[in-house]
Amino acid sequence: MAEVTYLEALRQGLWEEMERDPNVFILGEDIGLYGGAFKVTEGFLERFGPSRVIDTPISEAAIVGAAAGAAHMGLRPVAEMQFIDFISCAYDMLTNYVATARYRAGLATPIVVRGPCGGYVRGGPFHSQNPEAAFFHTPGLKIVAPATARDAKGLIKAAIRDDDPVLYLEHKWLYRRVKEDLPEGEEVLTPIGAARVAREGRDLSIITYGATVWKALEAAERLERDDGVSAEVVDLRTLLPLDDAAIVRTVRKTNKVLIVHEDTRTGGVAGEITARINEQAFEWLDGPILRVTAHDTPLPYAPTLEDFVLPQTEDIVNAARWLAAY
Amino acid sequence: MSSRAAPAPAPAPASSPAAPAIPAGLTREQLLELYRYLRLTRVLEERLVALYRQSKVIGGLFRSLGQEGESVATAYALERGRHRDILSPLIRNLGAMLVMGAQPIEILRQYMAKATSPTRGRELNIHFNDLERGYLGQISHLGDMIPVMAGIALSFKLRGEPRVGLVYIGDGGMSTGAFHEGLNFAAVQRVPLVVVGEYNHWAYSTPPERQFAVRDLAERVKGYGVPAVTVDGNDVLAVYEATKAAVARARAGEGVQFIEVKTYRRKGHAEHDDQRYVPKDELEWWAAHNDPIERYVQRLRAAGWAREEELAAIDARVRAEVDEATDACVDEPLPPPASALEGVYATPPAAPLHWYRRR
Repeated sequence: MAEVTYLEALRQGLWEEMERDPNVFILGEDIGLYGGAFKVTEGFLERFGPSRVIDTPISEAAIVGAAAGAAHMGLRPVAEMQFIDFISCAYDMLTNYVATARYRAGLATPIVVRGPCGGYVRGGPFHSQNPEAAFFHTPGLKIVAPATARDAKGLIKAAIRDDDPVLYLEHKWLYRRVKEDLPEGEEVLTPIGAARVAREGRDLSIITYGATVWKALEAAERLERDDGVSAEVVDLRTLLPLDDAAIVRTVRKTNKVLIVHEDTRTGGVAGEITARINEQAFEWLDGPILRVTAHDTPLPYAPTLEDFVLPQTEDIVNAARWLAAY
Repeated sequence: MSSRAAPAPAPAPASSPAAPAIPAGLTREQLLELYRYLRLTRVLEERLVALYRQSKVIGGLFRSLGQEGESVATAYALERGRHRDILSPLIRNLGAMLVMGAQPIEILRQYMAKATSPTRGRELNIHFNDLERGYLGQISHLGDMIPVMAGIALSFKLRGEPRVGLVYIGDGGMSTGAFHEGLNFAAVQRVPLVVVGEYNHWAYSTPPERQFAVRDLAERVKGYGVPAVTVDGNDVLAVYEATKAAVARARAGEGVQFIEVKTYRRKGHAEHDDQRYVPKDELEWWAAHNDPIERYVQRLRAAGWAREEELAAIDARVRAEVDEATDACVDEPLPPPASALEGVYATPPAAPLHWYRRR
């Protein structure tokens, strides 16, 4: 057994897929010679050579567009956004070209676009974003957001093997903070579209993904210890398509739901989950569905400001207490 | 004549008993085949106009009148056949699609949104593709096909295949960011890509002087280290020759090549557009003096490369072919409504049906 970080697990997954399938190649800014801004692809250039590890100009639209073209021809490109904030520069290419390709033209576009997302790292407005809601509304894309090292590896491998385009949102706050034993030689694959129960509970459900899975788990421990409230934590892992069955299962079990995400509130994923529970499990609810999210602002830099805007463990505890007492 | 019109072409040489050598390594059969594609493009579009007026074309109709020459000649310079070169056409490159093997009946079915159309009624006009035959339909966002074709050409390079990509961009589309990102990416990667810049004088209603501040499109791309030439886009053989040379250089590993074709869009942006923004004398001049098909026919006649009865026979065959294709599909049904849910993803195979639609 070897304990690996979330970042190392992602790196292993990418490496293993490149070893397994010669059609897999990676492209992005500073990923080759430099090994990537966070060193996810360190050593890849030496192992796989410049034709499979392509340093590109600062051109997100070209990176995604070229990946799409290569994917049409049977290759399996993995495009890195140096920070996921820059994916907005490729918004047109992803939503208009890539997402529609199979539907309008029967074109397979098996690309992965991955990059570091998220805050809690004092990155300011342009190195901390959570862009999922901008793409969540686009049929044709899949979106995954691993919270654990195992899923960081399992989801990058599944995303590369998937025949549809996948946005892979890796959380930079988790890169070196989260570790896990991943047996060497074990094939780790996390199915896309399947949530997992991160913590079993009876009294209420906290549905979340990404970094806030860990904040929810921390909150659940405190609720258990201080209030005797048993909170279940559901880690969605895939946002598009949502695992409706897992969501309904936990609602039917605990009858109370708190949805937590780091992304801003208005138009966020929590709203969609709320609507689905309303449609599919209304009669199982014993209280209002609540949300804990970022405030609706750009993400500020100063620690006092960032901590205030983003959802914290304390917020989850407070909201869960209110819901448990409802 | 408007000041923005190109100079009139040189008068055709007098015919001589011994026909002059055919340029660009073409054979007489190929000259006739080029003529067939030119005529087919025009006749097919004329048929589409008739169907449009009968409301059988569901959406807009986009003409390439005046641009058939460069469309056909550029595509004709590629290696065609299964898994050979690939091009990505714009809306006015019907001729290029036909050269690569798109069938008139497919075009008709697309415009009429038939269930049997290549996109099963999902997309319009010539927005469809067949990568085996060698064409990748555009999306409406101009410039986007440059990065995508850079990626296709990148796949040729990575696999060491001796194949070339060709992509069209207009004098308006060259203003997009995607064009510049894609061209630069392709240039840096030295992928085998030929970019055809179509200077057709109008981007919807916007003239070139409101799109860019230089004279030629070729000037704009030289800054990317891309060799660029400007040719008379309504001279079929000149366009063919320039493209042939560019394709050969791209295939030989010399990287991205750019060909600017000076031509003229003689119809509106689409059939609904009355072109009130176009000087009338300018339109008349191009129609009377610089029609690419007329010029090509004059050249064939003057050089003695084609006999009248051969051209007439091609015309008749093309008309029969378009008639036959129209008759075969005009009464075909539209797609079944619920087929709209299929194929958003490979998995799951269909989007869920809303409960209130269930019967």
